[in-house]
Amino acid sequence: MISANLSAIFYLISGVLFILALRGLSSPETSRQGNFFGILGMIIAITVTFLSIGNFSSGFIFVFIFLLFGGLVGTFIAYKIPMTAMPELVAGFHSLVGLAAVFVAISAFLNPGAFNLGSPGNIKLGSLIEMSIGAAVGAITFSGSIIAFLKLQGIMSGSPILFKGQHPLNALILVSIVVLIYLLCSMQSSNLFWILLAVSFLIGFLLIIPIGGADMPVVISMLNSYSGWAAAGIGFTLENTALIITGALVGSSGAILSYIMCKGMNRSFFNVILGGFGATDQSSVSKDGKEQKPVKSGNADDAAFLMKNASSVIIVPGYGMAVAQAQHALREMVDTLKKNGIKVSYAIHPVAGRMPGHMNVLLAEANVPYDEVFELEEINNDFANADVAFVIGANDVTNPVAKTDPQSPIYGMPVLDVEKCKSVLFVKRSLSPGYAGIDNDLFYKENTLMLFADAKKMTEDITKNL
Amino acid sequence: MEIDPFIFRLSIFILSIFIGYYVVWSVTPSLHTPLMSVTNAISSVIIVGAIIAGLAGNPESIFNTSSIFGFLAISLAAINIFGGFLVTQRMLAMYKKKKKDKK
Repeated sequence: MISANLSAIFYLISGVLFILALRGLSSPETSRQGNFFGILGMIIAITVTFLSIGNFSSGFIFVFIFLLFGGLVGTFIAYKIPMTAMPELVAGFHSLVGLAAVFVAISAFLNPGAFNLGSPGNIKLGSLIEMSIGAAVGAITFSGSIIAFLKLQGIMSGSPILFKGQHPLNALILVSIVVLIYLLCSMQSSNLFWILLAVSFLIGFLLIIPIGGADMPVVISMLNSYSGWAAAGIGFTLENTALIITGALVGSSGAILSYIMCKGMNRSFFNVILGGFGATDQSSVSKDGKEQKPVKSGNADDAAFLMKNASSVIIVPGYGMAVAQAQHALREMVDTLKKNGIKVSYAIHPVAGRMPGHMNVLLAEANVPYDEVFELEEINNDFANADVAFVIGANDVTNPVAKTDPQSPIYGMPVLDVEKCKSVLFVKRSLSPGYAGIDNDLFYKENTLMLFADAKKMTEDITKNL
Repeated sequence: MEIDPFIFRLSIFILSIFIGYYVVWSVTPSLHTPLMSVTNAISSVIIVGAIIAGLAGNPESIFNTSSIFGFLAISLAAINIFGGFLVTQRMLAMYKKKKKDKK
């Protein structure tokens, strides 16, 4: 058994290693080393916990069994999961962190003696506050992530679910959580603790159902942040430095990602959270659609011809590429283009896909070197000099209306200046509007050629024709 | 008068938020997905609480309500730790630079 001071030092070391793990992600070269630091920090934290308990009773064998079981399941998932399913996986993982926080809080509530927090019915006030906040946030993370997971997986419709009185109801529930925590701390009643958990689960569920599928990047980042705050709450209860540091890191990380995603859509955080985006504009859209503006559509042959005669091509991938699993076919097409001496780069909008960095991971999976992939600010000026923009599975992020029409719901959103290219190839299954529910003027431009097909099939066909 | 140890923990917490703020802003946007999966893995350090909870039962009865929740939390956190770190590693291994000569 090691002293409490020594174990506190080790927890601090593992906290520092976690900081280094995130620091490593500042560039792909250092990232693998960073991940190694993270693993090391985790091993130290777990080993020290064992050593500080010291008493190697028969319970240890069960700890190992449960640890091993979880480890095997985790390993299996990590190697089996396709890269296109990464948003679902991350949402699923968030739900587990949330649930684990809830379970630890329940355990501490039932047996506070084990954590030096007092006795049942007489838990130290500070610890009880920390514990109930951790449990409530954990429960919200859990149920919210489950809904996000179901929406991303397509089990639940991605369209927002709205009903009358939704916002007042949510506000009422949030207030009741605060009241419940207050009552719980003054009465120490276990019934109140269970009610608090139930209400928190409910609000997590209600908060996410009105948010539409394409707002998931914000939702996932937000739940990431919540899982951090839940961990920090439990960290305060357990007086554990590693957990407090990690909780703060993860909490701020998720918050920053949410901010970046909201900025990428030019919407406030509250606008996203209140939900319902894209559901309200449907009626006006169908009216616009009836105008039947002329559209030029082409086939793989035309597209191949255009690209063969280009000297530079910019690829704009979007969620549609992920759905069609077209990243490998796309890479092959680009390889052929490069063989013909054509310069190719990729332009990624911050909110392309269903989670931050989604497109980058898919392109990396298809062996696209990361120094050919550019962010919006880096590449936006290059469209004017490029010959062909190849838009595959993206829509709203290219819509010039965001720059021209103050009435548009996406007005002010930073968009890729695709229309400045000499010609635009648009791979899309139909003319239907994108997530924002608005028509894309780009479809009707002189220099736009629509390629109506499945993204993967079209890309393969173009490669054949090159 | 002595300072409550809570204040020290709060200091660590607040300072860590600032560290997190600056460290995360320096993460390159192309690695935002691995960032999420690795933050997932490290936040599962909550497993230390789960281990304490699981071992809190007395030798005669290893399983009581409290320790069962602890054991379950161990498994949940372990899924995240192994899954999170390994999937991050798998993703990071795919980020490659341009090869000198094209195939």
